[in-house]
Amino acid sequence: MYYPPIAGPQDYASHTGLSRRQFLRLTTLAGSGLTLGIVLPGCAKTGGGSSADAGPGTAPLSMPFVRIAPDNTVTVISKHLEAGQGVWTGLPAIVAEELDASWEQMRVESAPAQVPLYGNLAFGGKIQATGGSTAVANSWQQLRQAGATARAMLVAAAAQDWNVPAAEITVSEGMVAHAGAGRKASFGELATRAARQPIPTTVPLKDPANFKIVGNEKLTRLDARAKSSGRQQFAIDVMLPGMMTALVMRPPRFGGKVGSFDASKAKAVPGVVDVVQIPRGVAVVGRDMWSARKGREALSVTWDESAAEKRGTTELMKEYRAMARGKEAVTVAERGDVERALGQARKRVEGEFEFPYLAHATMEPLTAVCRLSPDKCEIWAGCQFQTIDQANAAAAVGLTPAQVSINTLAAGGTFGRRANPESDYIAEVASIAKATGGRYPVRLIWTREDDITGGRYRPLNYHHVTAAIGSDGKVAYRQRIVGQSILAGTPFGSMMKNGVDPTAVGGNAAEQYDLAHAHISWNAPKVGVPVLWWRSVENTHTAFSKEVMIDELAEAAGQDPVAFRLGLLGARPRHVAALQLAAEKAGWDQPFPKVKGRGRGVAVHESFGSVVAQVAEVTVRGDTISVDRVVCAVECGIAVTPDVVKAQMQSGIGYGLSAALYGKITMTDGHVDQSNFHQYQVLRMNEMPRVIEVHIVPSGNPPSGVGEPGTPPIAPAVANAVRAATGIRLRSLPFDLAAARKA
Amino acid sequence: MSIKLTVNGEARELEVDPDMPLLWAIRDHLQLTGTKFGCGMALCGACTVHIDGQPTRSCVTPVSAVQDRRVTTIEGLSGTAGQAVQSAWVSLNVPQCGYCQSGQIMSAAALLAGNPHPSDADIDSAMAGNICRCATYVRIRSAIHQAADTLAAGTAAPTKG
Repeated sequence: MYYPPIAGPQDYASHTGLSRRQFLRLTTLAGSGLTLGIVLPGCAKTGGGSSADAGPGTAPLSMPFVRIAPDNTVTVISKHLEAGQGVWTGLPAIVAEELDASWEQMRVESAPAQVPLYGNLAFGGKIQATGGSTAVANSWQQLRQAGATARAMLVAAAAQDWNVPAAEITVSEGMVAHAGAGRKASFGELATRAARQPIPTTVPLKDPANFKIVGNEKLTRLDARAKSSGRQQFAIDVMLPGMMTALVMRPPRFGGKVGSFDASKAKAVPGVVDVVQIPRGVAVVGRDMWSARKGREALSVTWDESAAEKRGTTELMKEYRAMARGKEAVTVAERGDVERALGQARKRVEGEFEFPYLAHATMEPLTAVCRLSPDKCEIWAGCQFQTIDQANAAAAVGLTPAQVSINTLAAGGTFGRRANPESDYIAEVASIAKATGGRYPVRLIWTREDDITGGRYRPLNYHHVTAAIGSDGKVAYRQRIVGQSILAGTPFGSMMKNGVDPTAVGGNAAEQYDLAHAHISWNAPKVGVPVLWWRSVENTHTAFSKEVMIDELAEAAGQDPVAFRLGLLGARPRHVAALQLAAEKAGWDQPFPKVKGRGRGVAVHESFGSVVAQVAEVTVRGDTISVDRVVCAVECGIAVTPDVVKAQMQSGIGYGLSAALYGKITMTDGHVDQSNFHQYQVLRMNEMPRVIEVHIVPSGNPPSGVGEPGTPPIAPAVANAVRAATGIRLRSLPFDLAAARKA
Repeated sequence: MSIKLTVNGEARELEVDPDMPLLWAIRDHLQLTGTKFGCGMALCGACTVHIDGQPTRSCVTPVSAVQDRRVTTIEGLSGTAGQAVQSAWVSLNVPQCGYCQSGQIMSAAALLAGNPHPSDADIDSAMAGNICRCATYVRIRSAIHQAADTLAAGTAAPTKG
């Protein structure tokens, strides 16, 4: 099976029917101002272009974000990676709404790597990247304008054709019509003439009250059919003529390097074609996966571990605890006089929280394909940082970024793993192609063992919290956070503010509650274990300690956990709305049945611009926790695709439960102890709550994130429910009831 | 060594290492890529195919073990149960990243073929070997019930299989 190349930057000109020069002029224009996203190739000068530029076989109406073809399909060009979070449905829904298209005619495809045209506006537009739950939020106005512009041009074409005023023309469900003249035409019929129309400089956007597609509960995901039939193509499915498969043997400890290697036995394995050293290890290249795997098993490498991290996680945690007791720390937030308030309090609550390293464990193990020629490098992968991946691949092969085309395929999950400043697996495949002289296209596969032991984990963390409620009723809250920085030392280091990495400490209690006295500090230990953002990033730990401690304070104050939170939320109407909705739908005002081992708990947390509240109901039998029901409320602004929002809440809950119940990467003497799903356990069908209810807070706010915000509240909600059920306070993840009983 | 087997109704012959897992034989040598690699140890279920109708993890099944047997992959899934499952998957928007769904669907279709009215406990037991990191489990459970209802009503789309 031959895998047809997808348009990359070099191909884009032919792809749109433009000359390279025209395309560059247009994209430059596109980046220069408000016209971003609405420039019409073929009409660079208003009214100056014509469909004749497009040539035969290309879509007549072709814009950077929307293409309308004679066959009446409307294709949205997605600048974002689809990794399950639903952007291939959400982005088309925005365009379809303003275009008044029918959902059935919508299609989607990945954009080539290109900035500023396809830059993420939430990240300043300078890099093309998907992350931080920003895809819909940063595309909202851009794609509304793109859809409205295309609609205006279709209407103008019809008006000209039918000799009627444009204002009298209606568009609905993909049909353009004029009642008086008794005329109607499909988008496909009008596309060629629409392309000849001047580009409107301003276009009216719809009143949200008139939305039909945005907010529609019934939309079928555009990728549902391909993903229910095995037809969706992932990087691991790419088949190029003559393609070989590579596995890499990497250092057994982080920071190790290749000392020397003996390839003789590996090369003797039938099907092995090459064994080459690359910067990150030694690659074994074979005719197929099996020969590469057998070859790697036969490979002998001596490692230089002089600079390797040799500490284990038990030692690291001991060091972290000591750091938290020390004097040196960066102040993250300070309010009131926390020391005096804690000193005067009659009763203090105190908690130590431990969080392990976590692997993302995407279902599709990391895979990338590279085809290299002297002046061109093509990459196929589930790219999350397209322009960064492009630059890293270019550096690996010694070409310029413009010579590297990025073909972004659907990713079999990411959860942050593919948003990698070093583009580790993409740089590896490019290095292998370079080391083998580009003689054949090469596919690099990470096995599950490579993935689990490969690092880029959610950082190990230790929090120490001391809190109290004064006689004046005011809360004092001191928190010391110890955990590696994700940003420091990466190209994203400039995101650090005053020496503080927001991706290490954001979402803490001082941010999310009105605390009269608060002091949050942070220590960033230097550890040789590579870390990365893991679905909801810092909120995976800051939400947990915050929501568990707030629960302890409520208990100390003898107050209801929901009422106590509402009293501390101050002017945070979105938090209040989400918390009240979750409480109401969960029947919080009704006493919970007094059954041995059953309990319910609540948590609320803002992340990525959205607020999520969850009420969890649990049953504890022995040392086993079962989550029976979760009621979730989300305030995410306008819910563009409500069913995707619900799916993301369900998904975030399941992902968070994996970490709450099992997730743990440990190391002994620098060697990772886990290797596959038998040791790095994740949530399975029988452990998923039977009932997950998701309620969306009605909102007119602009859309905010949904891919990540569902994750942070679930672990604390469950911990608080376990407290209600058993009296045991769980303060460390993953939950270990037996250990907590002894503590 | 030459291995003869039937894949999706077609007789195929493979010249591969007899120890090669069926997964890599069908992916790398028959170019049927709908069946996925997830763990290589029969721990995640992404590689599930039917061998003589039985759901089987192809990542730990040597290709020599399926000599002269009938292998069905997601590409060849047919029959009323298979169709009903796939329709339910689409109508309930089950897939997210979609990578595990071929395996989920193969397990679900095998479950319904043997048990037309599975309870939640039956579903848990039949599907617990299939991991979904997007945690689409709630929808998978609903989709299996919906497919069972469709089959019971006899309204599954007619199929070639």
